[in-house]
Amino acid sequence: MKRFTAFTERGVDLSYPTYEEMMQRKNEIIQRSLNIDFNQFKRGTIAFDYEGMMTQAGYSMDDIIQIQRQSHVGNTPLLELKNLTELIRRISPKGKGATIVMKDEAANPSGSFKDRRASLAVHEAKRNGFAGVIAATSGNYGAAVASQAAKKGLKCIVLQETYDSRGSGQPEILEKGRKCEALGAEVIQLSVGPELFYMALLLLDQTHYFNASLYSPYAIAGVETLGYEIAQQVKEQFGREPAAVCVTHAGGGNVTGTARGLQKFGYQHTEIIGVSVDLSGLHMASDRDFNRKSFTTGHTGFSVPFTVDPDRSDVPRNAARPLRYLDRFVTVTQGEVFYATELLAKLEGLERGPAGNTSLAAALVLAQNMDQDEVLVVQETEYTGAGKHPIAQLNFAKKQGIKVIKGTPEANLPGSCIAIPEHIQQLRVSDIDLNRLRKSYLNSVLKNVHVQKLDKQDRRFLSEEINKDETYIQTYLASKSQ
Amino acid sequence: MLQNIEEGTWVEIHQVILKPEGRSRHLPEDSKKVPYEMRARGILLQAARLQETAHIQTLSGRIISGKLVQVEPRYDHGFGPPVYELMHIGEEEKRMLEK
Repeated sequence: MKRFTAFTERGVDLSYPTYEEMMQRKNEIIQRSLNIDFNQFKRGTIAFDYEGMMTQAGYSMDDIIQIQRQSHVGNTPLLELKNLTELIRRISPKGKGATIVMKDEAANPSGSFKDRRASLAVHEAKRNGFAGVIAATSGNYGAAVASQAAKKGLKCIVLQETYDSRGSGQPEILEKGRKCEALGAEVIQLSVGPELFYMALLLLDQTHYFNASLYSPYAIAGVETLGYEIAQQVKEQFGREPAAVCVTHAGGGNVTGTARGLQKFGYQHTEIIGVSVDLSGLHMASDRDFNRKSFTTGHTGFSVPFTVDPDRSDVPRNAARPLRYLDRFVTVTQGEVFYATELLAKLEGLERGPAGNTSLAAALVLAQNMDQDEVLVVQETEYTGAGKHPIAQLNFAKKQGIKVIKGTPEANLPGSCIAIPEHIQQLRVSDIDLNRLRKSYLNSVLKNVHVQKLDKQDRRFLSEEINKDETYIQTYLASKSQ
Repeated sequence: MLQNIEEGTWVEIHQVILKPEGRSRHLPEDSKKVPYEMRARGILLQAARLQETAHIQTLSGRIISGKLVQVEPRYDHGFGPPVYELMHIGEEEKRMLEK
């Protein structure tokens, strides 16, 4: 009894403010918990100094590499997938079939590239004297933050969207929760909804821990080493610049950091191809739809909204800005990713997690139209195991009443049917029109803005944001002001 | 009467954080009807009964309370039975490579 009293003196039980009360204090809490004053980057009417924000993080490429080496992050192998390449050459037109290589990010301490994102954030937390870190994520990022916090001796709390209202949770998310606890983190499991952000604010406010947001400049700068290493390794192993890099695309951090790393190496011509699992028709905040998807990340439910409106994230200015870097954006089906995952195991002897294989599924198609002397990079893998495996995910899908069949990708219907290809030649990708997304971005950012008020800085900012020249912006603005 | 769970046991608590009417206004219809809920695990600080309010200390050292819903909660996720739809992937592809 005495022990209990002592604990209550030290810790305070949570009382829950209303949703509105918490949201009103959003800016104050975010600023304090990230140690960044976002107002200093504001320019013109809508613009902000993106590069200024990224360099304010204050770490050079050498610094980041150093910090990551100290915490065992990065320097992962680049594996040449010789059997898959040969298979693709058998079905490609003459002279086609690029060499497919895969960056084995599962070799990072917690089993995914997310360790790169976590490493710099946790380093920054430690450097600034924070006692702990908080991350809101159902993905690999939670384990990455937990792992880095363990290494640095910081407390860690991970908030997960885990259960639907029946208390049923996806095996993949339950596994990620287990992993966070194994690494010493407190895991708060929540039901479905955007109130995850409310809970994150509440805990940041209560604990005064560092906000290891996925979208801070630190989280994105940490991924730059991934692009940089790819550039170095492809140069060393093949003596050339990669023709294309397939990047699994969700919130945009993977695309942004990887592309920036390639650019920092000096590569300007590598095509950046974002790849997402098509989950169209499923609502991300829906209690019912939550367990009707087999992928918890790398899907269109995140990638499309975050591409057209990056600042919808949990920080005032998102450091992940995929439209600046994407050259192409394609989708694949859930069934194709499961197929690619199995094929990687059976032909290359590499058992890796499904979400990381989203870009592999696309690469198996895209390599068929690239020259044989070109190199196509699959930019990540992730760990696999109980819950986080095609068998676990498909058994769970079947329990939810989802039909699992063998068939062509056209038979896939998110939330109703998963069709697993029977043959390599059935794989295909669907292009998402980037120009349509650019227009959506402009519509979204200019929604409540008088276009006459935009100055030169604003126009240049918009041009950089969507990777189009200023004439394109001027034409668009002229059509808007009519 | 329900048995007392001993202090020091690893348990799971459940708490309604926001009632349906107190949730975000931007929700699809199905989510609007249900409360926003939390589950958390930790060491029980004082003997308590299942379904009653309990205090726990979490792995980060925080003390929180909620309804005691599970004693020694398990990690139950696994793989499950074989999935026939995956089973033959790779066989034909291997034959293609042998040709």
